[in-house]
Amino acid sequence: MGALLSFFVVIVLVLIALAGVQGAGLYVLFGTIIPYAAVATFILGVILRVIKWSRSPVPFHIPTTCGQEKSLPWIKYSKLESPSGTLGVIGRMALEVLLFRSLFRNLKPELRDDDGPRLVYSSNQWLWLGGLAFHWSMLIVILRHLRFFTQPVPFFVTIIDSLDGFLQIGAPHLLLTGVILLLAVTYLFLRRLFNPPVRYISLPSDYLPLFLIMGIATTGILMRYFFRVDIIHVKELTLGLATLNPEIPAGIGVIFYIHLFLISSLFAYFPFSKLMHMGGVFLSPTRNLANNSRIKRHVNPWNYPVKVHTYEEYEDEFREKMKDAGIPVEKE
Amino acid sequence: MYDAGKIIIGLIIFLAFATFPFYSNMGKAVAKPDPKLNTPVIQQMKVKQCVESKKFMRAKHMQLLINWRNAALRRGERLYKGSDGRITEISLQNQCLRCHSNKRNFCDECHNYVAVNPYCWDCHFYAPKEANNEH
Amino acid sequence: MAKPTKPTKPPKPEELVKIDYNPPEKPWMEVPVEFKPGTFCYGTRPKYLEEIGFPNPREWSPLDDDWKLPADWKDTVLKGIGERLKKNRAFHLFMDICVRCGACADKCHFFIGSGDPKNMPVLRAELMRSVYRKYFTTGGKLFGNLAGARELTSDVFKEWWYYYYQCTECRRCSVFCPFGIDTAEITMMARELFNLLGCNTDWIAGPVANCYRKGNHLGLEPHTITSNIEFLVDDIEEITGIKVEPTFNRKGAEILFVTPSGDLFGDPGTYTCMGYLMLFHELGLDYTWSTYASEGGNFGFFTSMEMAKRLNYKIYAEAKRLGVKWILGGECGHMWRVVHQYMDTWNGPADFLEEPVSPITGTKFENAKTTKMVHIAEFTADLIKHGKLKLDPSRNDHLKVTYHDSCNTSRGMGILEEPRYIINKSCNHFHEMHEDTIREKTFCCGSGTGLNAGENMELRMRGGLARANAVQHVRDKNGVNMLANICAIDRATLSTLMQYWVPDVGVSGIHELLGNALVMKGEKERETDLRLEPLPGKEDEDV
Repeated sequence: MGALLSFFVVIVLVLIALAGVQGAGLYVLFGTIIPYAAVATFILGVILRVIKWSRSPVPFHIPTTCGQEKSLPWIKYSKLESPSGTLGVIGRMALEVLLFRSLFRNLKPELRDDDGPRLVYSSNQWLWLGGLAFHWSMLIVILRHLRFFTQPVPFFVTIIDSLDGFLQIGAPHLLLTGVILLLAVTYLFLRRLFNPPVRYISLPSDYLPLFLIMGIATTGILMRYFFRVDIIHVKELTLGLATLNPEIPAGIGVIFYIHLFLISSLFAYFPFSKLMHMGGVFLSPTRNLANNSRIKRHVNPWNYPVKVHTYEEYEDEFREKMKDAGIPVEKE
Repeated sequence: MYDAGKIIIGLIIFLAFATFPFYSNMGKAVAKPDPKLNTPVIQQMKVKQCVESKKFMRAKHMQLLINWRNAALRRGERLYKGSDGRITEISLQNQCLRCHSNKRNFCDECHNYVAVNPYCWDCHFYAPKEANNEH
Repeated sequence: MAKPTKPTKPPKPEELVKIDYNPPEKPWMEVPVEFKPGTFCYGTRPKYLEEIGFPNPREWSPLDDDWKLPADWKDTVLKGIGERLKKNRAFHLFMDICVRCGACADKCHFFIGSGDPKNMPVLRAELMRSVYRKYFTTGGKLFGNLAGARELTSDVFKEWWYYYYQCTECRRCSVFCPFGIDTAEITMMARELFNLLGCNTDWIAGPVANCYRKGNHLGLEPHTITSNIEFLVDDIEEITGIKVEPTFNRKGAEILFVTPSGDLFGDPGTYTCMGYLMLFHELGLDYTWSTYASEGGNFGFFTSMEMAKRLNYKIYAEAKRLGVKWILGGECGHMWRVVHQYMDTWNGPADFLEEPVSPITGTKFENAKTTKMVHIAEFTADLIKHGKLKLDPSRNDHLKVTYHDSCNTSRGMGILEEPRYIINKSCNHFHEMHEDTIREKTFCCGSGTGLNAGENMELRMRGGLARANAVQHVRDKNGVNMLANICAIDRATLSTLMQYWVPDVGVSGIHELLGNALVMKGEKERETDLRLEPLPGKEDEDV
């Protein structure tokens, strides 16, 4: 249900772009206004969301420790899984953000009933692999696209581009990350569809970004290898956007506008969606705090006095019993 | 504990990434590519027509060149039949570069604009008649 | 009525283990909550709430249609959520950033043991996220169900109650979550909301009220504490010929010792307590017990942050009153989550104490520099390392030991090596369980966070399946017959769990094992271990 709905939404988005550009000729709307609006929404939305989170304090020091704490000098502690200081935390976060450390731990328990119940654990890194492939190829694809938004094109973009196409298949070169991205996102979608528990927990908003990205990757690939839009004109348009001198060169195929509209949709949707895990992962208190709460006091800004049961009240109630039991008391 | 400082640094980094295309181009006047067709050979042509239409060549010349390479080097075919029926010799050196003898002002003009680095010149030697010492 | 159903016996293990992991056809929002007997606790009696000044005390049962909530209960809950979003970044973040990747789904011991999809951590959290979306996000307000949002109704509230009292805040899911989303944080917030409306469980509210007034969960009054310990002192004398002399509420002692009250009452906790007493005596440690701060554990932590702070207050207050230099803490799980991650923040700074230094070895416990409370495993490991204890591990030769990492000490503190070091020095036979079931991946006993009641026994046995199964494996493979741990709740709950799943395995604290092995100055030749059972090789002499 959720999947169909999201699929339908993306199809409608494609049709809107198709009708708007090819039907109504709204080039300026789809080529200039919507992209600008989407980028503005993205940047402002992300910043506002992060600010909203940051206005809630971290009242307690709650890292999830995944290894030995720093304690006695002769006990080897786990610098990355249970870091005791900032450096370790940076390492832990880097592993988390760049290599998906936690996801790598993934296990699959299986309850077998041969001669009594037996739980068997097997490592299960497909999600990690798929997720890593997806995110990294996404990043590289985005960086590659800087060649449309810069002039001269920075050297790192050129290098990425030539590495990405190192197989030198066809012309223009087949760029691997585009293919990996599409395969990975397809895997993530199929997993959501065919893994019963994952399907059970999935919301329409889990399928929507997958379909959007699938649409973006597909139109991109079609454009580069099959339908062939005039790349010079495309760059004139995109560079116009980047230099704040927007223009609409004639003769760019409609598929480019569909591509651009789907990207705009993704950008605009981003800050309001689960995609904000991009910013959120950095703020996660179970990961970004050092395991040093007995070494350094963590201050809760809203810590307030509470009603307590004092020793005096306690002794007043139990004084006689305490005296009988030989326990020293304050007031005889 | 708010860690406002760290969050602000993070947001600045995010902004730096997200707006890179805007500020990196700031104040730059970007010239549009303008491939020149003014070589002597082209100027002498009565019908200024490449092996295929201009529209085809703009979008698909790279495919054509790959097909030519495969035809000539792998299958030994040296003749190309265009969509209008004209037969032309398959040769980068003798066909393409005969007219477009100005690599720098023709090929490179667009290739540089979109940061494409075709590997034609890994094998082919470009002997410029113009002052061009790139290759 | 407070006790609506009689405790139901859980089904037999071979019945219970028939678990269907396939989710139902219907979307989860359309599956109404069903209070299955044996899987939930009684609602709290009013007197407990009255004692601690909590709202809405009344007679009620989770099975009642009408939970007798105040008329404005919905506002209270929504206001409560709003407030907590503003006060706690973790909660706010964890409401927003889950991508429902499902990595956590099969990491929860309750899901493994029950197959109920709402026990998948992601769905447990979605129970609340759905309501959060409806009232706190634009998408949820606009698109409702399509955005995964739903109204807060009394059925939803009951569903929350049922499932947030089926989470032991063990944090195993948070280890596997790529964003570190910790269901414990969400469960804590949910339980705070329940307590705004007088909906604690009886088994949590009782100990809280006891602890508030009498100083410990069990409600042991001062003279009972001393007499319980006297009883243990007598046992020690019988076993070793040595009379240890603990002191209570003694001003001027160097160290205040705080341990969960479970160690004072009921075996096998009491054996661990004997281990402490023997160790301290052997060292000639200048320490005191307190009857006022006689609880290391903190059921307030399963109620609300405020209640936890109110109970935890006593430890520092008593340390200050007695003028000790620092505090030593006994073997306990959630106690150490609280001490390690919360105590200083709530009730510190403890600037009236000194940085802990072992009076025996001179070791500075730099990792407890500001909180000034040292874990007894850290303390003892340091002693052994410095050769200050004479140990005869052969006295534990009748035991083949494995070690259960408690959730809180492993994932909320990181004390993994010290207990193992102590066990290895005290025992000759130690076997680890499967690596995916220990250390940071350890499985809960299934009864933490105040779920160790009697009426929810089926839930507990289901929750403990994964732990028990790993024990069973080393029992079959290595002949393990003793499950060591450093948690008072574990000592009680694992015993029940073992009886159900792996009947021939006992449960002990590590200081019981140490007490067995500890060669004390001037002791008589030991005939029995701390359980008064004959030592290996001494069985025949009785005959």
